[in-house]
Amino acid sequence: MSAVIDHHADHAHGPAKGLMRWVLTTNHKDIGSMYLWFSFAMFLMGGTMAMVIRAELFQPGLQLVAPEFFNQMTTMQGLIMVFGAVMPAFVGLANWMIPMMIGAPDMALPRMNNFSFWLLPAAFGLLASTLLMEGGGPNFGWTFYAPLSTTYAPPSVTFFIFAIHLAGISSIMGAINIVATILNLRAPGMTLMKMPLFVWTWLITAFLLVAVMPVLAGVVTMMLMDIHFGTSFFNAAGGGDPVMFQHIFWFFGHPEVYIMILPAFGAVSMIIPAFARKPLFGYTSMVYATAAIAFLSFVVWAHHMFTVGIPLTGELFFMYATMLIAVPTGVKVFNWVSTMWRGSLTFEAPMLFSIAFVILFTIGGFSGLMLAIAPADFQYHDTYFVVAHFHYVLVPGAIFGIFASAYYWLPKWTGHMYDEVLAKTHFWMSFIGMNLAFFPMHFIGLAGMPRRIPDYNMMFANFNMVSSVGAFMFGATQLLFLFIVIKCIKGGPKAAAKPWEGAEGLEWTVPSPAPYHTFTTPPEVK
Amino acid sequence: MSEGLSNKRLVGRLLMLVVAMFGFGFLLVPIYDVMCQAFGINGKTDKAAFVGEAGAVDTSRTLRVQFIATNAEGMQWSFGPVAHELSLHPGETHEMRFVAHNPTERPMIAQAIPSVAPSKAAAYFHKTECFCFTQQMLQPGERIEMPVRFIVDPAVPADVRRLTLSYTIFDVTERMAGDFDLAAAPTN
Repeated sequence: MSAVIDHHADHAHGPAKGLMRWVLTTNHKDIGSMYLWFSFAMFLMGGTMAMVIRAELFQPGLQLVAPEFFNQMTTMQGLIMVFGAVMPAFVGLANWMIPMMIGAPDMALPRMNNFSFWLLPAAFGLLASTLLMEGGGPNFGWTFYAPLSTTYAPPSVTFFIFAIHLAGISSIMGAINIVATILNLRAPGMTLMKMPLFVWTWLITAFLLVAVMPVLAGVVTMMLMDIHFGTSFFNAAGGGDPVMFQHIFWFFGHPEVYIMILPAFGAVSMIIPAFARKPLFGYTSMVYATAAIAFLSFVVWAHHMFTVGIPLTGELFFMYATMLIAVPTGVKVFNWVSTMWRGSLTFEAPMLFSIAFVILFTIGGFSGLMLAIAPADFQYHDTYFVVAHFHYVLVPGAIFGIFASAYYWLPKWTGHMYDEVLAKTHFWMSFIGMNLAFFPMHFIGLAGMPRRIPDYNMMFANFNMVSSVGAFMFGATQLLFLFIVIKCIKGGPKAAAKPWEGAEGLEWTVPSPAPYHTFTTPPEVK
Repeated sequence: MSEGLSNKRLVGRLLMLVVAMFGFGFLLVPIYDVMCQAFGINGKTDKAAFVGEAGAVDTSRTLRVQFIATNAEGMQWSFGPVAHELSLHPGETHEMRFVAHNPTERPMIAQAIPSVAPSKAAAYFHKTECFCFTQQMLQPGERIEMPVRFIVDPAVPADVRRLTLSYTIFDVTERMAGDFDLAAAPTN
């Protein structure tokens, strides 16, 4: 590093001072941190809404909130968790780790990086402000099906549309930046098939984002035109078709669910080998499986809409195509298990979250297979079974993947080890809370309890109470996570450059905490 | 890495992909219509009068055609067919009249949207004349009878024995006010 300082003595090498450091920064580590803090704030905000939902559903009957407000809570919780918590968290991890993993000094387009982050507070400020508007916020579900979101929407829907536009532009710019960084800034010798899997899965995710976020922008633009400019994309009176909304939305929506899980696949594929002290089993097959999942995600969208009346051939095609996804996903699960097989396992917090990820994501995958069976889906459609399914793939999938990554790389970010006892407490409370909250939903869903309804039949009362208790436990535990992270930033045992015995990769060759500028001279990769 | 595209060209290509996919989202609209028509799904019927030749009348088969009328939400007209069912042979031309009445105090414009069930029969249901091809304007209190003339193509699949023609009537007064002279209408 000292050689670099000699050559560029006029450059500012430390971070700037004060607030403007964060507003104007083009440093990938600063921007990564901001993404992560932002997503955590959104996680708590969406989580608070989830607590409102679970409090209302604690007992049958209407207790705490009006049904209109309940609808806004289910809608906003979904939107905020998907677009505000999970996606920005992975972009934050990408910002922090991808340059360090491939030996690059920074992201390829640092100024665009700054802009794509700062669009997010604008987008979600706008979205949150709709709750205070006349008529309330979006109340049509996070999937905003027309005409519920057009003809029958509250006036604030226009602000919702612009918020989605801004968040979409932010995601697209973030994705372009990541593709450019990975393709153009790899250190000499870092060939594509030597890249760590987190980088690979993010490269594929970024292409998914570039391909489908514009379609989302298109569909909300059509809504905007239907609402304000008298077009009839989704209005049958003018020759449009509401079912078409669902086709276009899910053409975006299905790849979107893989956007939320593929980076977690990548992170777990790096963490499990580190704590099994064995190289990843089947690296090449992992790469191809990721690509196969991404490709298949474009041809399965109508499995979300089996009940709209698509013809039998269509149902069969989408049913089999959906089931086909189980093949590459199965390859991944077997690879993770094979990596652990006869490894020298230790169970630090990142490993615990990763193992829970493998087990619980697989459960979510199996309920996905059940939902893929078109005739059975007629029973499951729009019940709590669907809610159980997607929370099993998103909470212990995406979110446990993020927790595992956070604990794995916290020593690198802060220079301190986190408190292992507290982290394990966080894990077990999250694990138990999450299963208590979501497992009973399978049963009440199969018994017929519909989604998005604030009241329910007496016969669902016990399971709902268990669900709510689990959800409160999971929610409260996340404050412990906040405490652990702050404690780790403030101090703790000094972390070595490579705090994990079995960890591999360029990010462990730089000191902990990572200096403000890393790899200004590209490392040599053998 | 010096090989490959420069940042500028790479970003340019990715932005082109973004624009193309935004366009593709809108392209899905005509693609959807074409697919519905090509596979005869969604129960959509032709938007203009049928001018071709249907085959000879097939007296060996008798079909029941049912008629349903629905008001879209907020539509105040009374609207319905004069009879709920017809029996016919494929290839024959038949007529059914629908009655619409505007009970409100203002002139209103309506658009009826047809749909045929089972949807695989939609492609064989030919309308030679239909009130659904245009909008209707009714003065306050006015009542009209509107005809639909149709032929069920003899090529209709053998397992189709009963067809349902359903109309949903929508209030398009605001949307279509420019095309009709509402002000000139006499008021009572």
